[in-house]
Amino acid sequence: MTSQSEPLLRPQNGGLYCSAGDFFIDPLRPVERAVITHAHSDHARRGHEVYFAARPGVEILERRVGTKKTTPAIHGLEWGEPVRFDSVEVTLHPAGHMLGSAQIRVESDAPEHEVWVVSGDYKRADDPTCDPFEPVPCDVFVTEATFGLPIYQWDEPAQIFKQIREWWLDNREAGRPSVLCAYSAGKAQRILAGLTEWTDDRALIHGAMVEYCDIYEAAGISLLPTEYVTDMDPDTDFAGELILAPPSAFGSSWMDRFDAARTGFASGWMQVRGIRRRRGYDAGFVLSDHIDWPALLKTIEQTGASRILATHGKTDPLIRFLREERDLDAWDLDDAFGADGPYPEGADIGWEASEDGGGGGES
Amino acid sequence: MRRFAELYDRLDMTTSTNAKVEHLVDYFEEAPPEDAAWAVHFLCGRSFERPVTTTQLREWTYDLADVPEWLFEECYITVGDLAETIALVLEGRLESATDEDLQLHEWVERLKELRRMSERRQRESITTWWRQLDTQGIFLLNKLLMGAMRVGVSSGLVTKALSEVSGLERPTIQHRLTGNWRPSADAFEQLVSDDTADVDQSRPYPYFLASPLQEDPDTLGDVDEWYAEWKWDGIRGQLIKRDGEVFLWSRGQELITDTFPELRDAGSMLPDGVVIDGEILAWRDGQPLPFSQLQKRIGRKNPSTAILREVPVSFLGYDLLEVDGEDIRDRPIEDRRRELDGFFADTHERFRLSEPIDADSWEELAEMRDGARDHNVEGLMLKRHGSPYRTGRKRGDWWKWKVEPYTIDAVMLYAQASHGRRANLYADLTFGVWDREGLRAEPGDLVPIGKAYSGLTDDEIAELDDWVKSNTIETFGPVRSVPPEQVFELAFAGLAPSNRHKSGIALRFPRIKRWRHDKSPDDANTLSDVQRLLEDHHGTVEADDSEPDPEQQTLFDA
Ligand SMILES: [Zn+2]
Ligand SMILES: [Zn+2]
Repeated sequence: MTSQSEPLLRPQNGGLYCSAGDFFIDPLRPVERAVITHAHSDHARRGHEVYFAARPGVEILERRVGTKKTTPAIHGLEWGEPVRFDSVEVTLHPAGHMLGSAQIRVESDAPEHEVWVVSGDYKRADDPTCDPFEPVPCDVFVTEATFGLPIYQWDEPAQIFKQIREWWLDNREAGRPSVLCAYSAGKAQRILAGLTEWTDDRALIHGAMVEYCDIYEAAGISLLPTEYVTDMDPDTDFAGELILAPPSAFGSSWMDRFDAARTGFASGWMQVRGIRRRRGYDAGFVLSDHIDWPALLKTIEQTGASRILATHGKTDPLIRFLREERDLDAWDLDDAFGADGPYPEGADIGWEASEDGGGGGES
Repeated sequence: MRRFAELYDRLDMTTSTNAKVEHLVDYFEEAPPEDAAWAVHFLCGRSFERPVTTTQLREWTYDLADVPEWLFEECYITVGDLAETIALVLEGRLESATDEDLQLHEWVERLKELRRMSERRQRESITTWWRQLDTQGIFLLNKLLMGAMRVGVSSGLVTKALSEVSGLERPTIQHRLTGNWRPSADAFEQLVSDDTADVDQSRPYPYFLASPLQEDPDTLGDVDEWYAEWKWDGIRGQLIKRDGEVFLWSRGQELITDTFPELRDAGSMLPDGVVIDGEILAWRDGQPLPFSQLQKRIGRKNPSTAILREVPVSFLGYDLLEVDGEDIRDRPIEDRRRELDGFFADTHERFRLSEPIDADSWEELAEMRDGARDHNVEGLMLKRHGSPYRTGRKRGDWWKWKVEPYTIDAVMLYAQASHGRRANLYADLTFGVWDREGLRAEPGDLVPIGKAYSGLTDDEIAELDDWVKSNTIETFGPVRSVPPEQVFELAFAGLAPSNRHKSGIALRFPRIKRWRHDKSPDDANTLSDVQRLLEDHHGTVEADDSEPDPEQQTLFDA
């Protein structure tokens, strides 16, 4: 599948721009129309005029990009519900990364145009807090490669939750609090949901997680009962409690109240012993919301895409592997639009320089 | 192997020495003795013959995981540990997980069997295990296969934990772990057994430690009352031969017999029932080598023949504590030395005596001491005639008189003809430093700071003599004044305020360290530099080192 015509999407404003439909995917700088894969801050930013996002993720997105004064204009789309931007049709499909995380499928009316799917962040592992990833056939698959090496293969999440529960109980037996660090939006709720398989003990949560937990619960996802740490008397004896905290709280004075605490970190990076050792947590739990190596290869195959554009993380090994072992036309997302890539910049394209304006281009 | 795997993880994930010892204690208390024995073996970094090569392990991994070599390399770079990289890459190949949890020693048996197999069967076995174990299991199996089990635990920590488990002293455990200790259930039971008859025969005496000499040696009285020898820059040790067995102990109470097999072999020729206090030195061609050479030997048990050849060692005896099985520490030093001199050096070429140094005066000794660095020694030891071998650091009978590190650059002012061997050569020099602020002289003048008459080579002395004779300004009897053009680096033992010196400061035992042809007189130090040295050091010479030498303590713990 070759394409001499202008590609459907092209990097701009820190995201991908579709000139045919005049919209951006996950732009970092303010634009008029932004289609957002999910509410993590490296994908969803404040200041766009209109947002499009998957219906289940609207509340989290609102929390992320809204301010006290303004409620952002967010159009919630059902899974697969088409939305039209000029000659381009866009649909959202579950990415399984967090509540409301979406892949974005883009198709043009123009004849012989490629179908593009932008994965955003995604995973194939079980996660009761969001709709499972759905492979979407396409010609060009823009995939994340955060954990793009064969050393990253995730265990069944149920195993990890069991480990966390056992660690919690061991620490309780030793009269110690367990402080588990995890990202506030998504990972923390996934842990609180996963632990319901093993216990209905309460967990204490850091302030950064409170609203996200509320949103998840409002969406009907059952979590462990939680209490907000800051609402509690600082002289409380925290021995035996599980406390969820964002990684930024690790080593901060906020931690001081948890006497003799054992600390843990839930992340895919905990897969490697050297990293576990260096981070200084007492325990590492390999729990990731990103795709691991085998699932990445499987997904690529399932999309049927002949061109793979990789982004996020160290993309080189994945690209070489796909080219040499899978015979695919794989590129680093940025390189694909460079002089040697399949989508070199045409001299006739005037919008690359218009960094400031969201609405430039040929429309 | 789960119990051992858990121990491994705990040790791997903590940097706290106390926590490590705690984990080890927990393990040794619970593990079956045969496993505990092998854990001791591996954690102490003892060798285990690899049944297969790492290249083989890699190649089988590429195939089994369907990962090309270059991609495996990428993984290895990220992970940084080969055993772990293989385990992670193989994750998910699990086919027929067994609930069977083989004990550590059972795995060891399996690996021993591997050694006798053909490569095809080795591959079959290992890849089968890889398919049956979880990641942690594969990781540990790989570690075993690679004979690389160290996990931030020294044999010192293992010994400490075993000492806690057994209630025995550490040297007892160390003793039992040396020689031909082979892991087995019995061996472990014996390791922690409280019947210590086996250990008594290896037991060293507490060392007598010298105190640093901070006063003038004159305060020790007449030089004739003292017995001087070099302070060797090696590892202090006690060499023991009892009941036909040889034991070599470091000062840190570590049994190091296996580290110096050539001394063990030489020691087997000693008569039974002797204990010799002395120094292990790297030694070649009748000369001690710098300590940095000896360092290559430290911590290596059962060293290779290559390293044995590269850094040969000798044992210099300086005291005899036991002879014919009798403790003779109370006898006067002359007695003990006479006995030692009678047999030691003749026993084996690796044995030498730390020869006494004869001197008629403290000055002469000071001069020798000043040249100590050139002989790869640290200074002098002074031992009182008639003294017994005491315990610990009792002040009074043994002193170490080290070479001091203080140095300044000074300008030669006067030269005087020397006596003795250098008679009639102008090698006895007076030096000055700049008094820029006019503290003790006219501002900008040189003020005399001290005299020194040693430290130059014969060639340098000849060159200096020539220069003095052809550049003399004035002659006052045997003394000639010279233009302030030559700069010398002076080293001295210490400095003290003094009203008898024009500079107000007396240097203790200064010597010439180097003729600084590369420096102009203006580069020389000033009187205020020297005053600052005096203030910084309160006139004392050496830092008080009443604490044990940390190096000596930790040499074998590293
Ligand atoms: Zn994300
Ligand atoms: Zn992301």
